[in-house]
Amino acid sequence: MSLLAVEDLHTHFISRDLDNHVRVARALNGVSFTLDSGRVLGLVGETGAGKSLTATSIMGLLRPPAKLVGGRALFEGRDLLSMEEGALNALRGRDIALVVQSPKSSLDPLTRVGDQLIRIHRAHRRGSEAAARARAIDMLGALGIPDPPRRMRAWPHELSGGMAQRVLIALALMNDPRLLIADEPTTGLDVTVQAQILDLLRDRVRRTGIGAMIITHDLGVVAHYCDEMAVMYAGAIVESGPVKAVFANPSHPYTQNLIGATPERMKLGAARTMGGTPPDLYALPAGCAYRDRCPRAGADCAVPPKDVPLGASHVARCHRLVAA
Amino acid sequence: MNVLEVDGLVKHFPAGRGAVVHAVNGVSFTINQGETLGVVGESGSGKSTIGRSVIRLLRPDAGIIRFRGRDITTLPESACRPLRADMQMVFQDPWSALNPRIRIGDLIAEPLKLHTKLSGAERRDHTEALARRVRLTGELLTRFPAELSGGQLQRVCIARAIATSPKLIVLDEPTSSLDLSVRAGILDLLAELKAETGAAMMFISHDLGTVKLISDRILVLYLGSVVEYAPAAQVFADPVHPYSQALMSAHLPADPTAVLRRHVLEGEIPSPINLPPGCSFASRCPVAVPRCRAETPVLDAVQPGHLAACLRIAEGANRIPALAATG
Repeated sequence: MSLLAVEDLHTHFISRDLDNHVRVARALNGVSFTLDSGRVLGLVGETGAGKSLTATSIMGLLRPPAKLVGGRALFEGRDLLSMEEGALNALRGRDIALVVQSPKSSLDPLTRVGDQLIRIHRAHRRGSEAAARARAIDMLGALGIPDPPRRMRAWPHELSGGMAQRVLIALALMNDPRLLIADEPTTGLDVTVQAQILDLLRDRVRRTGIGAMIITHDLGVVAHYCDEMAVMYAGAIVESGPVKAVFANPSHPYTQNLIGATPERMKLGAARTMGGTPPDLYALPAGCAYRDRCPRAGADCAVPPKDVPLGASHVARCHRLVAA
Repeated sequence: MNVLEVDGLVKHFPAGRGAVVHAVNGVSFTINQGETLGVVGESGSGKSTIGRSVIRLLRPDAGIIRFRGRDITTLPESACRPLRADMQMVFQDPWSALNPRIRIGDLIAEPLKLHTKLSGAERRDHTEALARRVRLTGELLTRFPAELSGGQLQRVCIARAIATSPKLIVLDEPTSSLDLSVRAGILDLLAELKAETGAAMMFISHDLGTVKLISDRILVLYLGSVVEYAPAAQVFADPVHPYSQALMSAHLPADPTAVLRRHVLEGEIPSPINLPPGCSFASRCPVAVPRCRAETPVLDAVQPGHLAACLRIAEGANRIPALAATG
């Protein structure tokens, strides 16, 4: 059994325009993937592809006008999406942890760092405050924060970006989660700090056997810190598989263009096929969402493509592909 | 010919209660015609302050800035203004760089209005040509900035920057807020413009992959000082300053088969308010010795054209230890 199995997730933004007509933005259109313990999955895609929305949908953190309209998210076999709020609250922050984007705005500005760590521990676990405090100090130390007892007394505004990100990860790890979801954990940090944070995360996965999902737009992070990757476009996963297999043999035209646009692969002045803008989620084309931008689109692309197996759990969703 | 010559640039900012932010501490470099200089370094290294100083959006505290042979270091603002036809800047965030209430066509025509004597009709023709040049469709000219995507807006900013055929364009993180595929298109455009116009470019970025792709030479900054200055290929293949070694090794190429030789740096860039004496990198440097905390290293040639500022290079002790290679 997979640690996390997401099946056919659909999330829509439902609103009314000035004329009171209902408008529906189909933001997630059948997202499916699995994550095993001890593995790191990289969820990649460009702005608006639905990466963060996938995480918030799984965690049950959607707020109107976003609405979950279908699918399942099985965590150790239990469907998070049909779970009662109480049961879900017991899991979130304990067995499933989310590291959200923008560390500076995610910490409570009026509570000292140490008290935030102790609070999340005591919300889920029995034990004395002294024990929680000792654990918090250990956790800060394990994340490479110098002089943890002093940092416990720090206010969030006193932290640098890298420190705040480490504190967020410490918060997520306080209760030994089995699943960690990190949304752009290093975006906005300097590269030397990024390397420190990602080393920590991977270390944690390797040593404790938890499963981690890293949401990022940085293909360098995926290439070096993830085991599997899933490429999102217009609210669906168009290609997924082992990182090395996808980079060696990118098969969906979108993945090919995305990887071809990295500084490592791109040639300045080469003909660029990546024209156009992402599709309007309020009026997605029938069939393949990428067909308006796809250099290889044909009449058959008006029919939704199915996942084509390309070997060793590498799949891509395109009519042009032949199963391996 | 040197388009830009910067010698010993210093810029400090007051930080209240008598404290001083030492943003730039004696930086020297040149940019030739048709050359792209990549400026890299982490937050707080002084990249943007240098960019703003050379086109005189800031007035340096010390040092000399020569633009096409002319000393512009202390020119009053009124004398700088006409110069800006020849020196332009593109900023990181195109959403805040453009006035939201002015139509795209008028935004592109603005520098023409300020710096040329073209008639209204000539200006319109010129604006349309500029829009075509940066591959914006004509229908966008009547729109407002809010109706365009980030990539389109950055093209508008570039069209404005090239409108008066400047000799120097300073680009401050021009692609950092853009998606990968959009970024590729902008880099293509910049490379084309460079080949066509021979303008000198200063490309400021923390994205090492992009800098490697577009730069001829690279200036590596740490806490407002140049630590290494060399042709791009050499800085990436064989960085000699300990900080450059750590910086280059932390870069993650988008290629899982690339072998990383990681050097891990302890801690983060210190505050530029209380600069320690000696080498600014000494507090994090794995090969620092007591002398590094007392003596300030100067930029010295390691090979012709490859400069670095580290006392330990002469002793052959500048290589920092690497962690085991990881995939």
